[in-house]
Amino acid sequence: MSTQTPTQTEESSETDAEADVPSKGDERRDEKRRRAAEERARRQAEEAEKAAADEETVELKVFRYDPEVEGKQEPRFDTFHVPFTKGMTVLDALMYSRDTYDSSLTFRHSCRQAVCGSDAMFVNGGQKLACKTQIAELEQPIRVEPLPHAEVRKDLVVDMEHFYDQMEAVEPYFQTNEYPDGELEEQRQTRENREKIKMSTRCIWCSACMSSCNIAAGDNEYLGPAAINKAYRFAMDEREGEDIKQKRLEIIEQEHGVWRCQTQFSCTEVCPKDIPLTEHIQELKREAVKNNLKFW
Amino acid sequence: MSQSYNRGLIEDFSRWREFEAGMWAWIFHKFTGWVLIGYLFTHIAVLSTAIPAADGATMMFQGSETDVFTGTIVSLEGLLLVRILEVGLLAVAVFHMLNGTRLLLVDLGVGLEAQDKSFYASLILTGAITVASVPTFIAGAF
Repeated sequence: MSTQTPTQTEESSETDAEADVPSKGDERRDEKRRRAAEERARRQAEEAEKAAADEETVELKVFRYDPEVEGKQEPRFDTFHVPFTKGMTVLDALMYSRDTYDSSLTFRHSCRQAVCGSDAMFVNGGQKLACKTQIAELEQPIRVEPLPHAEVRKDLVVDMEHFYDQMEAVEPYFQTNEYPDGELEEQRQTRENREKIKMSTRCIWCSACMSSCNIAAGDNEYLGPAAINKAYRFAMDEREGEDIKQKRLEIIEQEHGVWRCQTQFSCTEVCPKDIPLTEHIQELKREAVKNNLKFW
Repeated sequence: MSQSYNRGLIEDFSRWREFEAGMWAWIFHKFTGWVLIGYLFTHIAVLSTAIPAADGATMMFQGSETDVFTGTIVSLEGLLLVRILEVGLLAVAVFHMLNGTRLLLVDLGVGLEAQDKSFYASLILTGAITVASVPTFIAGAF
């Protein structure tokens, strides 16, 4: 059950002020609001009863913080009891908590199938994608926190601006000066080359790797695993041609580029899409060395 | 505009229980590296007693006149603490070497999927070599 104080006092004072001249619409809206509150109270009681009485429930400890509401500015953990269903993910449990207990619980989510990359969170001490993390595999109580090394905006929502800046710094789009002859010709890629960059194309920009990286935490200018992986995806794409590859290597071999990586493998461990990030960073390091070594 | 909440650096250090193999390898490598640098200074200090010894400088050791170099080393070796620290030094050096080899392989892009296993292997090998060295280092110390 949420430890939050309900905001009903506000509502009632509002209705008092309006009570002087109650229009039919106001009355109807009041009635509706009252019934919704009743319904919510009834449902909460029901769920609590169910949780107490029967089957499996999951205990969730969720980080809460809201800078805009006085009394919530001090970060705290709320506990929610959610009935367990087979195949339930952390995101399912969070959505249940929000819908049933506390509608102010805030977190990002969209596709719910590990494609949009909105719901990376810190679950039981690891960066996880909430929608593909099975509750059955976690130890209870499940501790859900916003991503580390990012500033918290509200509850589980963190500021992603810096992450997006780093991603954009590597120019994450296809560029080339070598066009095929015919105007309507396709730019074909060999099967081998496609295989080479296959894993790196899977990035969903969830920022789990960036959050797990100890170096990125201490060095704000470091591009970070995700951005370097993006650079790899295009630098290794043969269709871009030599001159563009040269440009890309210049970006990634800067002081705060690939050389900051100290192969802690944290990013590779947490990546929800299983991208071998460290391997890609290491390969770019070798590319950078080969690019600068000259025997003459 | 809403504020945001910065949880600060403390979370890095309070989460060591959740560190994975690669992270431990990095921490141990840093730690052993600093220990070896520290040792280097004491090593140079002890060995540099050879310079006055070459000029004939002597010291009193166990009632007899010995040259400074031999005297310093033998008296240091006589301390139980030094004997025990030598075992630790060997452990530190062996781990740093083995993990350094692991990092070399990582840099060459060899066996990155097995990086955790090679870390555990270097830990186990370090332990075995250290245990095997104990009789040599500690013999006659007690």
